[in-house]
Amino acid sequence: MRKNRRLILAAGLASLIGGSLALAQASPRLIKVKARRFVFTPNRIALKKGQPVTFELTSEDIVMGMNVPDFKVRSDIIPGKPMRMSFTPDKAGTFTFVCDVFCGEGHEDMSGTLVVT
Amino acid sequence: MTIDRRMFLQLAALGGGAVFASGLAGGAPKAPGAEHDDFYFVQLSDTHWGFNGAAVNPDFAGTLPKAIAAVNALPEQPDFIIFTGDLTHTTDNPVERRRRLGEFRDIVSRLKATTVRFMPGEHDASLDHGKAFTEFFGPTRYSFDHKGIHFVVLDNVSDPAARIGDEQLAWLEADLAKHPQDSRIVVFTHRPLFDLAPQWDWATRDGDKAIEILMRHPNVTVFYGHIHQENHRMTGHIAHHSAKSLMFPLPAPMSQPKREPLPWNPDEPYRGLGFREVEAEGAGAMFSIHELPVRA
Repeated sequence: MRKNRRLILAAGLASLIGGSLALAQASPRLIKVKARRFVFTPNRIALKKGQPVTFELTSEDIVMGMNVPDFKVRSDIIPGKPMRMSFTPDKAGTFTFVCDVFCGEGHEDMSGTLVVT
Repeated sequence: MTIDRRMFLQLAALGGGAVFASGLAGGAPKAPGAEHDDFYFVQLSDTHWGFNGAAVNPDFAGTLPKAIAAVNALPEQPDFIIFTGDLTHTTDNPVERRRRLGEFRDIVSRLKATTVRFMPGEHDASLDHGKAFTEFFGPTRYSFDHKGIHFVVLDNVSDPAARIGDEQLAWLEADLAKHPQDSRIVVFTHRPLFDLAPQWDWATRDGDKAIEILMRHPNVTVFYGHIHQENHRMTGHIAHHSAKSLMFPLPAPMSQPKREPLPWNPDEPYRGLGFREVEAEGAGAMFSIHELPVRA
C-alpha cells in the first residue's frame, strides 16, 4: 500500500513537472519595442518559427501603429500605455513591419524587419 | 476634317499613347432611361507640391506647371478635372502646409477647364484630420452627378490610421441608395480600397467594408492615386485603376525591399510621370483610359 502511494505521488510529481515544462514551451517570448518618430527600436528582430511571441509596444511621443501584414496582426501604440500584440510565426522568411498610423514627415520610412528562422 | 474625341484617342494610341479599356467585356446592360452623353474627364494625382528632392526630380518646381500646360493644350477641354490627392508633400509645420496648399491652388487656377475638383491624400490631410485641406478646397468627401454617372469621392486619408470610418461608410451606403442599383458609379479615392501592398502602406484599413457596399452595384469603377504608377486590378466585378504621379514614380508593388522613389533618368526625363484622360462612353462600367506623359 505504501509502495502504491509512493507511486501515485511520483506520478503526480512527474505530471506537474511535465505540465510546467509544457507551459514553459507555450509561454510567448516577450519582446519590448519602442516607437518614436520615425523609428522602431529594435527595428530588426529575430524570431523562431512556431515559437509564440508577444510584443510589448510603447510610444515615446505620439500615437503610432505596428502592423505585420504577413502575419495579419497589428496594434496601436499609444503614449503612456504599453500595448501587447501576440502571434506565432508560422512561416520562415524575412518580413516587413510598418507604422500604419501616419505620424509625420518621416512616416514613410518608419519600418522594420522580422527575420523568422 | 473634324476629329472627334474617339478618333483622337485612336490616333493617340497609334502614336504611342497607352489606351486601356476598363470594365467587363460588353459591360452590364444599360438600365432603361439611363441614357447619357459621351464625355471625358482628366485625372491628375500625387503632385506633391513642396517636394524638393532634386535627385528624384530635378524639375520639382516645373513638372506640375508643365502638366497644367499640357492639359490646357488638349484639343478639347474635359468636362471636369479631378486631383486625386497628395496635392502637397507632407510637412509637420501647419503654416508651411497652408503655404504649399495655397501655392498649389494658385498654380492649378491656370487650368482652362471650367470644373476642377479636389480631394486630399494622406500628405495633405493625415496630420490635421483634413483641417487645412478643407480651408482651401472644401469637403474631403462628396458626391456629384454628371451626364448619367454618379461620382463619389471617398476620404480614406483624413484619419491617420487610413480608415474610412463607420460614419462615412453609412454615408456612402445612404448616398448610393438614392440612385438605382444599376446606376453607373465612379468612385474616387486616394489610397487603394483593397490590400495592394499593406507592407508599403498601400491599403485602406476598412476598405473591405467599402468594397462590400460597392459590390451590391453592378456598374462600379474606382480611380485612385497614392502608388505613383498605373495599376489595374479587379475585386469581383469592380475595376480599380491607379494613376501616375506628377512628382516621382514608385516601384511596382513589393518589387524591391523598400518603397523608394525611382531615380530620375536624364536620358528619359519625366519617365513614369503623367496624367490620364478617362472617356465615358457606351454603357455599364466601360471606360477608355488614355495615359499622357509629361514632356520637357
